[in-house]
Amino acid sequence: MKFTVDWLKNHLDTKFNNNQIIDKLTNIGLEVESFESSTSELDTFIVAKIINAKTHPNADRLKLCDVDIGSDKTIEVVCGAPNAKNGLLTVYAPPGSIIPKNQMKLSVSKIRGVTSHGMLCSESELLLSNESEGIIELKNKKYANNIGEKYFKNTSEKVIDLSITPNRPDCLGVRGIARDLSAAGAGKLKINKKSNLKYRGNQNINVTIKKEKAQGCTIFGSCLIKGVTNKESPKWLKDKILSLGQKPISAIVDITNYIMFDLNRPLHAYDADKIDNEIIVRSSSKGESFEALDNKKYILENDMCVISDRSGVLGLGGIIGGTRSGTEYSTKNILLESAYFLPRSIRKTSKQLNIDTDAKFRFERGIDPLSIEEGLIKASELIKQICGGEISNLDVKKIENYKKTIINFDPFLFEKTTGFNVENKELIKILEKLGFNVSKNKKILKLVVPSWRPDITQPIDIVEEIVRIKGYEHINISEPIKTRLKPTLNYYQKLFHFLQRSVASKGYLETVTWSFTDSKINQLFKENDEEIPIVNPISSDLNVLRNSIFPNLIFYLKKNLDRGFKDISLFEIGPSFKGKNPGDQLTVIGGVRAGKVSRLSWNDKERIVDTFDVKKVVIQSLYEAGINKDDIIIDDRTPSYYHPGKSGGVYQNKKEKNAIAYFGEIHPNIIKKLDIKTEGLVIFEICLDYIRESKQKIKDSKSEYKFSDYQKSERDFAFIINKNFKSQELVNIIKSVDNKLIKSVRVFDVFEGENIPEGKKSIAVNVTIQSEEKTLNENDLDNINKQIISSVESKSGAKIRS
Amino acid sequence: MSDIKKIKDDYIDKLSTENNIEKVNYIKSELFGKNGIISNEFKKLGSISVEERKKLASDLNNIKDELQNKISIKIQEIETKEINLKLEKEKIDVTLPERNIEIGKIHPVSQVIDEISSIFSEIGFSVEEGPDVENEYNNFTALNTPDNHPARDMHDTFYLDNNKELLLRTHTSPVQVRTMLKGKPPFKIIAPGRTYRSDSDQTHAPMFHQVEGLHIDKNINMGHLKGCLNYFIKEFFEVDKIKMRFRPSHFPFTEPSAEVDIGYEINNGKIVIGEGNKWLEILGCGMVHPNVLKNVNVNPSKYQGYAFGIGIDRLGMLKYGINDLRAFFETDYRWLSHFGFDPLDVPSNYRGLSR
Repeated sequence: MKFTVDWLKNHLDTKFNNNQIIDKLTNIGLEVESFESSTSELDTFIVAKIINAKTHPNADRLKLCDVDIGSDKTIEVVCGAPNAKNGLLTVYAPPGSIIPKNQMKLSVSKIRGVTSHGMLCSESELLLSNESEGIIELKNKKYANNIGEKYFKNTSEKVIDLSITPNRPDCLGVRGIARDLSAAGAGKLKINKKSNLKYRGNQNINVTIKKEKAQGCTIFGSCLIKGVTNKESPKWLKDKILSLGQKPISAIVDITNYIMFDLNRPLHAYDADKIDNEIIVRSSSKGESFEALDNKKYILENDMCVISDRSGVLGLGGIIGGTRSGTEYSTKNILLESAYFLPRSIRKTSKQLNIDTDAKFRFERGIDPLSIEEGLIKASELIKQICGGEISNLDVKKIENYKKTIINFDPFLFEKTTGFNVENKELIKILEKLGFNVSKNKKILKLVVPSWRPDITQPIDIVEEIVRIKGYEHINISEPIKTRLKPTLNYYQKLFHFLQRSVASKGYLETVTWSFTDSKINQLFKENDEEIPIVNPISSDLNVLRNSIFPNLIFYLKKNLDRGFKDISLFEIGPSFKGKNPGDQLTVIGGVRAGKVSRLSWNDKERIVDTFDVKKVVIQSLYEAGINKDDIIIDDRTPSYYHPGKSGGVYQNKKEKNAIAYFGEIHPNIIKKLDIKTEGLVIFEICLDYIRESKQKIKDSKSEYKFSDYQKSERDFAFIINKNFKSQELVNIIKSVDNKLIKSVRVFDVFEGENIPEGKKSIAVNVTIQSEEKTLNENDLDNINKQIISSVESKSGAKIRS
Repeated sequence: MSDIKKIKDDYIDKLSTENNIEKVNYIKSELFGKNGIISNEFKKLGSISVEERKKLASDLNNIKDELQNKISIKIQEIETKEINLKLEKEKIDVTLPERNIEIGKIHPVSQVIDEISSIFSEIGFSVEEGPDVENEYNNFTALNTPDNHPARDMHDTFYLDNNKELLLRTHTSPVQVRTMLKGKPPFKIIAPGRTYRSDSDQTHAPMFHQVEGLHIDKNINMGHLKGCLNYFIKEFFEVDKIKMRFRPSHFPFTEPSAEVDIGYEINNGKIVIGEGNKWLEILGCGMVHPNVLKNVNVNPSKYQGYAFGIGIDRLGMLKYGINDLRAFFETDYRWLSHFGFDPLDVPSNYRGLSR
């Protein structure tokens, strides 16, 4: 909402200066976006001083001037004026300026081989006089201290631009703003002058508002103005329209616009001679069409509120008029419309047709239904004054009567909500200035809400009115109450933080990527999940919700590889979407690692990243986050985007359907499809939602401290076993021989090839044996050794290597 | 006796110039071996008179001690020399690089979320979450923003179906609705998370982060709201004084509503929070609208309280001098390394919010 201070003063008697008005507006909730003069093409011309004028190296008649334009460095300008000399004050036009005389736009150019940054101007070039012999010579006295400042004073009045919140349609007119300011003590709202307009004759174009279910219009007021001479608006009106940032069109159109911005009362003027017999306000039928004033043809749906005549649609009520009945300079007779349209109907129609106009913006927020006549009268007066003509009686048709909103307000609610007290007297004064009608019934105030405030419906709205006018600075600061109702984080939130920092501590950079992704990349990772398209994506390559954490991670990994990074470890913790309903999402950590380990190390052998690098990250992070080591089972069933032979899943229980984590090499097909250039690429993911909350709290598990002081023994075994036999099973077989005595089993060598039969491998394990009751003797140990060998041989088909 | 003394003096001389450990050991056995010179002298003691024996034995013992002492000192001397020589040879260049260090980082958004959570935890708030996909009811209608409300235009919403029933939440406020629907008052929560608007330019990203705050109890008023935010902003920016301004505004789900500005100035091209005469809008807040409370089955005549919504990314940008919002989400390795935080930097009250 734009307006000038002068315009505001048409409605407000105030002693406030501009800055006080600006501050007050912001303090009462009418946020000032800007307060500046509208920009002018002449703003670029600035006062400058020639520091040094020397002869152009390639042209005797040209000069090369170092010019001070008020910035750090001087500018070099080529000038042909004979009067250019050291110390001369003149006018400088930088590149981009438009020279008034010929409307040419300046650019940086070379003149006889030397670059000139802009131009020094003559009076004739600036249309100040016909003097074109030399550049302007400014008087030292007046301009010596103005170097760098604008030469032309911007005379246009400063414009206030307010950002009006959607609950305040009344402040979409200058009068409403003035009213708010007056309530806040910034002046006195001027009383509207009584109109002494003389009416002649009746409005004889019949108006009907059809009673239909979807009818979007409840009041239609109008009058005829006959015998007008439409013309250019007078200067004062043009200036007003220009200050709004709009272009003047003709007196009649400018007047209706002026009233809209002055009183927040949209109007529409028809050329009465172009109306076919009568006005019918009705709902549209699908397929009807009309050409609107924005020169577009609109094809309507059912139930849009249209103003029509016998020939068809004239315009969309409250949104936009049509060209068929538009006013022109030749228009002689006008039908002026002032109506009330329902916000819901306006909003629906404008959304369907994608039209946004100043009238629509106002009607959809709610126009004062009691301003029909005032609008007609004010506009008619101005039309008569500027264009002449005779005004008919006003004709107001309605299908609904306005009902007053009455609120019973207990002033205690104010203190209860804001924490401070305002005397009843002051409170009533504020409300009355805002237009409320206040009467007292014991402690309760009976308030009649002004018709221009559709946003006020209940007592809390009254609290807001009083506190915003009184000023939020009156609210006292209460020290925070520290009472805690429950722990800050629950188990899964703690897990989130533990795992996030645990993975990062292993050399991974955390990133945050969009929750949406490119369906083409998503396709590679979505497995059996349904694709979740976004109806209105920001771009076609961010068109689906990600079904997996990986599509974006892989995409950005590739970008970083393309930037020249070779060894990259990235991870993200965030949502992965399984369906399109709220809650169909999992919280997942995804990690990617590319390149080599120990690249260019002088002492370690460099190698390509492998599955066991990421397995370590997964397992260690899970341990660190408190997942019981003995609970974890590794399996080789993994999603299809993993290398089928070099990936694994981590389960907390054999029966568990969902893995809590996966790790391994990415499938080579994906590397190929996405054209990822790297030596190696391994990935992992941990799904937080599938991790079971441990029942044991740390304080419980710590108290179970047990250890054995008896001597422990270590024995090594090597077995020849089928190549596909999993080491985890071998370890389990050995452990199950005696869970109490066998404390740990470590695989320390795996070997295939020489001396090992085809299809077999050798696995060497180190077993630690320790009793909690005694020191084991040779006999005991031999016994266990034998049991281990026989158990492994019978359960796995392995043979001990001798 | 004089013979023995001579022998002793000879050997002492020998030992003092000897530098070979094997030769020293040879001397040792020459003197004290089975048929060693000294050993043999002791054997002779048996064949002399008691008188003489006493004297001789004493002398002999002295000579033995002296020689043995000299030998052991010599051995130690040579060994030390040898060890030193060996260590000298083993010397390495310690300025060679260590084994490759792999440094991980926490994203600034995560760090700021943890900072915020830590601050609010101190005054008794707990953390709630809600889904990224929301239904139209929780995101708008329950928050007193019915379908025909123009406030909806301020939220450029991503939809997942043509009926506009399912959407990506445009703010974290639906977590208020979920929290209150599933529990009973009082409520005292914050809810950080991802939010989405179909808006993309230099200062807007289609995805960003907000933290919602909600405190509902019997007598929570705007003074508490002011106190809570005043505390938060001071703690967050780690400054003693903060210039803060509450300005009336409008959100459908709060009434009265306010926007909060903080004072700042530009000093040497850097933004300084808490001083100066410029204002920067950083959050929106207000008293929860009675209509919202009714929608979530909380009796507005018994309970009342405040809610606020803060842009997390923006706070992080202000605190850590990050200029470009878009860069948060572009996964540039250089940017993540530079702006990321060490994983051990867990914001906490006792150790300080940031280093």
